[in-house]
Amino acid sequence: MKTTRDSTRKGAAVDQGPPDFECLDTEQVSPDTQAKARAEGNRPLALLGYLLLGAYLGVVFVQAEVVSWFRIQEMFRFQSFHMYGIIGTAVAVAALSVQVIKRMEVKTIHGEPIRLSPKDWGDSRIPGARYWIGGTLFGMGWALLGACPGPIFALLGAGITVLLVALASALAGTWAYAALRTRLPH
Amino acid sequence: METMLESLAAPWPWYVAGPLIGLVVPILLLVGGKVFGISANLRHMCAALPAPEGLKPSFLRYDWKKSGGWNLFFIAGVALGGFLAVTFLGMPDAGQSISEATRSDLAALGIQDFSGLVPAELFTWSSLFTPAGFVVIVMGGFLVGFGARYAGGCTSGHAISGLADLQLPSLVAVLGFFAGGLLVTFGILPLLLG
Repeated sequence: MKTTRDSTRKGAAVDQGPPDFECLDTEQVSPDTQAKARAEGNRPLALLGYLLLGAYLGVVFVQAEVVSWFRIQEMFRFQSFHMYGIIGTAVAVAALSVQVIKRMEVKTIHGEPIRLSPKDWGDSRIPGARYWIGGTLFGMGWALLGACPGPIFALLGAGITVLLVALASALAGTWAYAALRTRLPH
Repeated sequence: METMLESLAAPWPWYVAGPLIGLVVPILLLVGGKVFGISANLRHMCAALPAPEGLKPSFLRYDWKKSGGWNLFFIAGVALGGFLAVTFLGMPDAGQSISEATRSDLAALGIQDFSGLVPAELFTWSSLFTPAGFVVIVMGGFLVGFGARYAGGCTSGHAISGLADLQLPSLVAVLGFFAGGLLVTFGILPLLLG
């Protein structure tokens, strides 16, 4: 039993340049049910649900010390299994669930067929440029700041207010990418 | 109650925390066909910033409320969770629970305060005016935002959602995360802090 995938699904973005489908097309459901899924996700009760799910994740992030600069240093120095164990078991649980969802053709609670869109390799002459160049730049930021985007917000909630500056910088970085993207290899 | 709260004290072991984080992927898929990807919120926030249309790159011109509403609520929840955790369970002393080897390496780089989640030498408002604090917070933040969008995802989107769906591009991105992280840890931080 093989689940079909949508080979190309462009996002709603209007600009020319590198393909862009990773953020705007977040509903991973069959194309005909996408608008329905989006509308359901924006209902007040659904939004409250997402808020609560985020709060659950924020508590885990803090209590497992995933948001700690110290823990990220420990990880990049290979001096503890802690972070590797967390990422490894998170991926294992997620991968197992995704396989079950695909093989059993599980639908969302509202009945939309779930369809995961594959990541695009891009079309630049440098294969996978966006993944390894962008990934390396992100990794540098991760090791400096000791926090990836989720933990930035969890640390702000934990009262470490100087992370507001890191958030503003991250927004500036996102904006800079948006301004430069047509000139970057993808 | 006392003992229940004590048993919830940090650090939660990896074999508890990892699966709890991994579960977010199927929950989001089942509830609304959503993909776990946090850095998209940085884009939604940029799209939400009031700026003259002419100054806004087309990448940031879209209906952010419609596409990103759920995710912005989700990330607000993550901040709320951070608040609830430190308020009701206490601020974890990650600097104390890390390995002895890391503590001595960091002490050799001049880190002295090992209380809390982040070193006080780098993460206070006044540290922004030191070269190390500026690079860590301002440059680090910039690279996180730039790199995540360039790579098309961050730790959640690539390392968790992408690897869970066995996506090769995500594996390349994750290898990049580590290449960049090692470069900073062993090449840049010693110069910056030492």
